[in-house]
Amino acid sequence: MRAIVVFIDQIDVPGTLHPTAHQLLTLARAAGEPVAVVAGPVDAGLAADLGAYGVTRILHSEQADLADYLVAPKADLVAQAAAAVSASAVLLDNGPQGREIAARAGVALNAGVITDAVSVESVDGALVAHKSVLAGSYTVAARATSAVAVISVKSHSVEAAPAAEATTPAVEAISVNFAPASLGARVVQRTPRAASGRPELEDARIVVAGGRGVDGDFGPVEEMADVLGAAVGASRAATDAGWISHSAQVGQTGKKVSPQLYISVGISGAIQQKAGMQTSKVIVAVNKDPESPIFEIADFGIVGDLFKVLPQAVEEIKRRRG
Amino acid sequence: MENSALNIVVLVKYVPDTQFDRHLTGDSHRMDRNESILSELDEYALEAALALTDARGGAKAGNKVTALTLGPAAAAAAVKKSLQIGATDGVHVSDEALAGSDASATSLALAAAIKTLGPVDLVITGMASTDGETSIIPAQLSARLGLPQLTFASSLEVDGSTVTARRDGDDFTEEIQATLPVLVSVTDQANEPRYPNFKGIIAAKKKKVTTLSLAELGLPADAVGPAGSLTRVDAAAERPARTAGTIITDSGEAGVALADFLAAQKLI
Ligand SMILES: Cc1cc2nc3c(=O)[nH]c(=O)nc-3n(C[C@H](O)[C@H](O)[C@H](O)COP(=O)(O)OP(=O)(O)OC[C@H]3O[C@@H](n4cnc5c(N)ncnc54)[C@H](O)[C@@H]3O)c2cc1C
Ligand SMILES: Nc1ncnc2c1ncn2[C@@H]1O[C@H](COP(=O)(O)O)[C@@H](O)[C@H]1O
Repeated sequence: MRAIVVFIDQIDVPGTLHPTAHQLLTLARAAGEPVAVVAGPVDAGLAADLGAYGVTRILHSEQADLADYLVAPKADLVAQAAAAVSASAVLLDNGPQGREIAARAGVALNAGVITDAVSVESVDGALVAHKSVLAGSYTVAARATSAVAVISVKSHSVEAAPAAEATTPAVEAISVNFAPASLGARVVQRTPRAASGRPELEDARIVVAGGRGVDGDFGPVEEMADVLGAAVGASRAATDAGWISHSAQVGQTGKKVSPQLYISVGISGAIQQKAGMQTSKVIVAVNKDPESPIFEIADFGIVGDLFKVLPQAVEEIKRRRG
Repeated sequence: MENSALNIVVLVKYVPDTQFDRHLTGDSHRMDRNESILSELDEYALEAALALTDARGGAKAGNKVTALTLGPAAAAAAVKKSLQIGATDGVHVSDEALAGSDASATSLALAAAIKTLGPVDLVITGMASTDGETSIIPAQLSARLGLPQLTFASSLEVDGSTVTARRDGDDFTEEIQATLPVLVSVTDQANEPRYPNFKGIIAAKKKKVTTLSLAELGLPADAVGPAGSLTRVDAAAERPARTAGTIITDSGEAGVALADFLAAQKLI
């Protein structure tokens, strides 16, 4: 069977596998023989977790350069491991690093690269990726025409499912030959960000996002998010004002989300904001200006003051839950 | 080298204006490039280049900022606008055979074009094109040109020949350092792009735009376009445009109405 490489980063975020990794492994198992390529150490727990998803082979490297330089050494690892197992495809997560590793590995493997896949299917032995383009106004089906396909896949592309029978993967340490220029951009400092304790924007079923209308006070937005188990998002006006971390920004230059429900609060709905949220299943908008463009795409819109509407909705939801 | 003059290439893409509806056309689902403009995200790349060269005495001191675009004849407009904003030179890679190139073929041709410009200190790109939105090109150019990759920079400093950039991720903020020459992509957090002024618009008329064909890049026609591309779009479907749903005006009970709506949608 054809080997399908799944890239797993154990350097940036070591420990248990991210849900997206389980999804990628599930996709890989449906398309061929999943091979995990791990940057960083592989302990018994990780090997067992990978085995539970049907991984037969793990290739990994703990070379220090993987952590010391930006992106490029990891791309060298992925490309060399994929070549070593004659992979027909490489699957990665769709974060900025995942996409960039995909791009570089594509050059090294002379492989077609597709990013932002929302689903991947096997058609006559080839992988076909589906994605949204032009800020969600089109969906396209695309494939690599090269011997190897490199695809970065968004969260929730597939429901993660362990293999019917767990395997005991063979763990092989490999030694990567880094290209000289791969060791050029050194990470001199890394400052962790404080975790919010809320779901991650791209994984969340519900997102509550606040804009300039919150006027510095994300309290009502956060309370609404917490009662719904939602992630908190923001417009660029709100992140630029420093009211919330830039990593909460939704839009053209922020996160692109498509949750079941997006509640837009005190956001006018500029084109760049819409680019990150208009593929959401249901959109609710709360804005005091009836002329706001956000109302053109809202399934349910409330013209009103967010400081009145949100607390009342939170109370009502709590009341109904008893 | 103590803050000597810099030779910078800025990549500017000619993209359909995001303010209008955008379309894919034809059997191979290509971008309709009518009503196109210089990508607004590439204005940050240009600003980054101009700020660096301003700090070293500008064009008078021998600093060079070349705006480079690859695209159809009309894409020259992206270069022209860059010259008006302050780029010193312009290069337009244009060839029939390039139409329908994917990221891999595009980065191949852009890398070849950059190599014709002699020793370059920095290649600066936008964080993503507003039409392709992949952020593949910067990483592929870095790989093809053998330049250190400092991408998604939200700040950029060059001191002597040491380049320092900040990259904001979800898990951490990183400070990245490299020695010239480098490839950088900048985000919309990096700076505040300047506008062309009257003086710039007049000055741009005297600036030279070099047009390069594939042959001048030393590339055969089948290295690019559909023949040289490694991906293919099989099908494209326009999503039905979103329409407005129910809009209510709060008269004191809208919070309850919101809860009703969420309950009816089985979201709570
Ligand atoms: C290159 C570029 C990239 C960009 N990328 C992004 C991006 O990724 N994401 C993004 O969001 N933006 C982005 N922008 C910015 C975008 O163009 C808008 O400026 C921004 O989205 C506006 O944010 P806002 O809606 O919060 O603010 P505003 O447009 O000022 O709207 C605030 C809204 O709040 C409402 N309001 C005020 N008070 C209340 C109240 N008490 N109750 C209810 N409603 C109230 C007002 O009626 C108004 O509609 C980008 C811009 C550029 C140039
Ligand atoms: N055809 C092109 N001509 C010039 N620059 C380009 C072109 N395509 C991409 N770029 C540059 O690469 C960046 C990222 O583009 P992309 O990888 O398409 O998202 C853009 O912001 C541009 O700076």
